[in-house]
Amino acid sequence: MSVHPVVDQASNAARFLADRSREEYFDTLMWSLREARDRSASEVPEWEQLRDLGSAIKEHTLSHLADYLEQFEASAKRNGVEVHWAHDAHEHNQIVAEILSRHGAKQLIKSKSMLTEECDMRRYLENRGVTVTETDLGERIQQLDDEPPAHIVGPAWQKSPEDVARVFAKAYGSDPNNAAPVYLAHEMRVHTRALIEKADAGMTGANFAVAETGTVVTATNEGNADLSGNVPRLRICSVGIEKIVPTHRDLAVFIRLLSRSAVGMPITQYTSHFRAPRRDGEMHIILVDNGRSERLGMEKFWQSLKCIRCGACMNTCPVYRRSGGLSYGSTYMGPIGIIMMPTFDIRRFSELPFSSTLNGSCSNVCPVKINIHEQIYAWREVMDEKHQIKLAKKSAMVAAGEVLSHPELYRIVTAAGETTLKRLPRFAIYNDFNAWGKHRETPLPAGQTFHEWYKANRRKA
Amino acid sequence: MGIREDILDRVRRNQPAAIPHPDLRDFTHLASADLITTFARSLGVMAGVLIDKPPDDLGAFLREKFPDAKNICSAVPEYVGTSKPEDYPVWADAAKIDVSVVRSPLGVAETGSVLLSDDDLRVNTIAFLAHDIVILLAPDKIVENIHVAYQHPAFKEKAYSVLMSGPSGSADIGGKEVHPAQAVMTLTVILWPESAKTS
Ligand code: SF4
Repeated sequence: MSVHPVVDQASNAARFLADRSREEYFDTLMWSLREARDRSASEVPEWEQLRDLGSAIKEHTLSHLADYLEQFEASAKRNGVEVHWAHDAHEHNQIVAEILSRHGAKQLIKSKSMLTEECDMRRYLENRGVTVTETDLGERIQQLDDEPPAHIVGPAWQKSPEDVARVFAKAYGSDPNNAAPVYLAHEMRVHTRALIEKADAGMTGANFAVAETGTVVTATNEGNADLSGNVPRLRICSVGIEKIVPTHRDLAVFIRLLSRSAVGMPITQYTSHFRAPRRDGEMHIILVDNGRSERLGMEKFWQSLKCIRCGACMNTCPVYRRSGGLSYGSTYMGPIGIIMMPTFDIRRFSELPFSSTLNGSCSNVCPVKINIHEQIYAWREVMDEKHQIKLAKKSAMVAAGEVLSHPELYRIVTAAGETTLKRLPRFAIYNDFNAWGKHRETPLPAGQTFHEWYKANRRKA
Repeated sequence: MGIREDILDRVRRNQPAAIPHPDLRDFTHLASADLITTFARSLGVMAGVLIDKPPDDLGAFLREKFPDAKNICSAVPEYVGTSKPEDYPVWADAAKIDVSVVRSPLGVAETGSVLLSDDDLRVNTIAFLAHDIVILLAPDKIVENIHVAYQHPAFKEKAYSVLMSGPSGSADIGGKEVHPAQAVMTLTVILWPESAKTS
């Protein structure tokens, strides 16, 4: 039984929405990323084929995951890498602490890893006397401000440059009134490089892990995974077991999809492949389950394991854009968070599936074609079966269920949603319950409820 | 049962029924004549700089481009710098380098990327801790896209390989990419056939 209170995303969102300028800033920024993604995708003639391939490769790999994990482990060992396995966050953190303590390592630099966030590793290590420095700019900002990431790609995107200037002024003594991103990035460079140079150990996550070669692949713009993984002699890579891809030929498909989907760029500046330790060094890979094997057995939800963490579903989601990432109270947020977090703690995250308009935009942009909105709806059903939902949410569920069960109507709704998605899709306003529905234009004719609208449109469908 | 066996056992029990692997393609469209133009355009998108032929005097070129540079680390026979990678047995010391000069065995037109592996760099950190990097690339080593690039043997053989695409940057503040982040401040690719003159 969860000891954590149920996350009330709607109330958290209301707090975020209280500051209109912040809400608008975030919404505009997220939407600009969605537009950049669209432009970038349109430049690749085989884009839709790549999405199909990405989805098919992931499904194939997940359906043979045990064999591929064994192959990955054997390849890594042949390369001289020490491979560890962890059931959960605690075991993962213990393994990291043990490796560090064996080397007397007290200064750890690391690149961004949602898995180590999932494991709450920083706190664990800091309680044991290890200083952990995040070398990803966004992650470092959040670390200095003692906040978790608000976005899986740009952890600090919820902060304005002015907010960052204040955080850096406090931590680094920089000019609090200079919010130019170039200046702030420079401050980060100066302060972090000094820590990187004297670190005892470096850590990275993994965007992908290639079974045929035992290679851990990271994608960063800052080069911070390369710095973390190369400057100290001791390298530790934390890898979720779902990150496996069979070969480099498979990997190519995902590299082409990832950065275009995330920020509309053809690739990240550094796409890095760590296959073996440096000649005078040591490399460890920790393969972490933490609920993934269980999710693999969930008929309706295993496909969420295909996720390549591009964040596109978040950038396009009208609820996420108007709630801020912290409102989800979870490691993963937005549409992908909604379908993943209940597998970690069903009670604590029982209300997240209602933080969605079910407009389908998330599924439309997902580079590996996860049926995100259908899974969100399926989670609502699970919460209903398990009596995890409040009555008010039930009516929203019934309404959405009617739409989803009528494909023609659903098309009308999502088509409207797609064209007007920059504003809140119409059928999101079906009740007064959702904070992120407030402050919005009300596109329904005055006095028309969702149910009336639904009835009228159902006839058309 | 040990942790490893237990996890593998759970995965095996829970994984969905076998789904076949799809057929992969390389999606090549370009004539070889277009590869350099596409590479140049993509490198520009990634904020890198392209010099389309070897300068008459690389030393003079570097002095002009990096007038304040005192320490130029060369990993290539085409140029003798003020230091070489082996001068940095402590890899963190590569932070003292102003400019690294290296050769890449592969360019990718689609993304403006160049491949660098531990054999090209000898000390990996010269590629990120140096302030600026100059990369020699033979024009006939440019391939069309990432599918073709991943067929390069380095990915199966080398301990470390990076596809580097432009200077380090970050869009983490305000969502627009700014340069530099923590690694190199500028990245220049010189199209330089392998057998061309040395300076
Ligand atoms: S669910 Fe799809 S769109 Fe969302 S982060 Fe994962 S891969 Fe990207």
